[in-house]
Amino acid sequence: MPEFLTQPWPWYVAGPAIGIVVPALLLIGGKQFGVSENLRHLCAATFPGDVPFLKYDWKKAGLWNLVFVLGSIVGAFLASSVVSGPVTVDISAATRADLAALGIADFTGLAPTEIFSFSNLVSFKGLVFIVLGGFLVGFGARWAGGCTSGHAISGLADMQAPSLVAVLGFFAGGLIVTHLLYPLLF
Amino acid sequence: MATPSPSERIPVKRLGLYLLLGVYFGIVLTRSEVISWFRIQEMFRFQAFHMYGIIGLAIVVAAISVAVIKRRKVRDLDGEPIVIPPKDMTPLATRYWAGGTIFGLGWALTGACPGPMFALVGNGLLVMTVGIVAAMAGTWTYSALRPRLPH
Repeated sequence: MPEFLTQPWPWYVAGPAIGIVVPALLLIGGKQFGVSENLRHLCAATFPGDVPFLKYDWKKAGLWNLVFVLGSIVGAFLASSVVSGPVTVDISAATRADLAALGIADFTGLAPTEIFSFSNLVSFKGLVFIVLGGFLVGFGARWAGGCTSGHAISGLADMQAPSLVAVLGFFAGGLIVTHLLYPLLF
Repeated sequence: MATPSPSERIPVKRLGLYLLLGVYFGIVLTRSEVISWFRIQEMFRFQAFHMYGIIGLAIVVAAISVAVIKRRKVRDLDGEPIVIPPKDMTPLATRYWAGGTIFGLGWALTGACPGPMFALVGNGLLVMTVGIVAAMAGTWTYSALRPRLPH
């Protein structure tokens, strides 16, 4: 297995590799990069209820996008299967120290197992970090009209002022939770 | 942001291209570690350049590509002109800062934005399926409240 398929990629490789998805989608079919739109398509496909915003032809609007996301799950599976044993993300010593001070002990895997596991799902932390966190991601992304892919990457690349406002909001929210809420949650 | 294609139905072959691009995206998200909760914490604590370098360069590469596509009036595989609809600015930009901030609160909790949520499931972090269902519930709730929310 070539090393570049099993080793983490540095930022200067990963950044362009993600950025190129924007023109690729435009060239294939004039599509805009935006993953969170799929959450709306999934709602429209499964439980539109009596909500006008969820009553549209989701296959016509979003089948391509759902297929794209399905591909990303497959790609992630393939990428993870070529690495043997648990991964440890090489975060900075300062972050490790901060998180250890909060009580994180297990630094293996992509997310701490103390929070992100089925056995800890029905606990205060599991409910706040996974269920409430997921809810806010879905609610906020649709209210803002996009997420990291739609606003931060394709929106800023097209120099859209609304996207800049949204990205400043993303960071405001992230900083509030990390610096003000985390000390209370742990 | 999905926009309905002018063509009525997307041929299966074309869907295959989206699938392949998605596979590529999933590999990139995994190898770049941007799907890691630890990396997101590192970013919001300003303790490494990794995430900023990735997002910054992604924007630069996308911006140059979009500029070339617009200037050269490049067409897509169907021969249709490529149009990027501008996002509507609202009077107080309420939806952007308020929705954006709420999204950010969730991003720092889950350690994952929507793309990474799906990629984490592919990585075997199956509990993130609960996060995805919760994100769908959030999307549904916004959709129902939409007429009453300021934009």
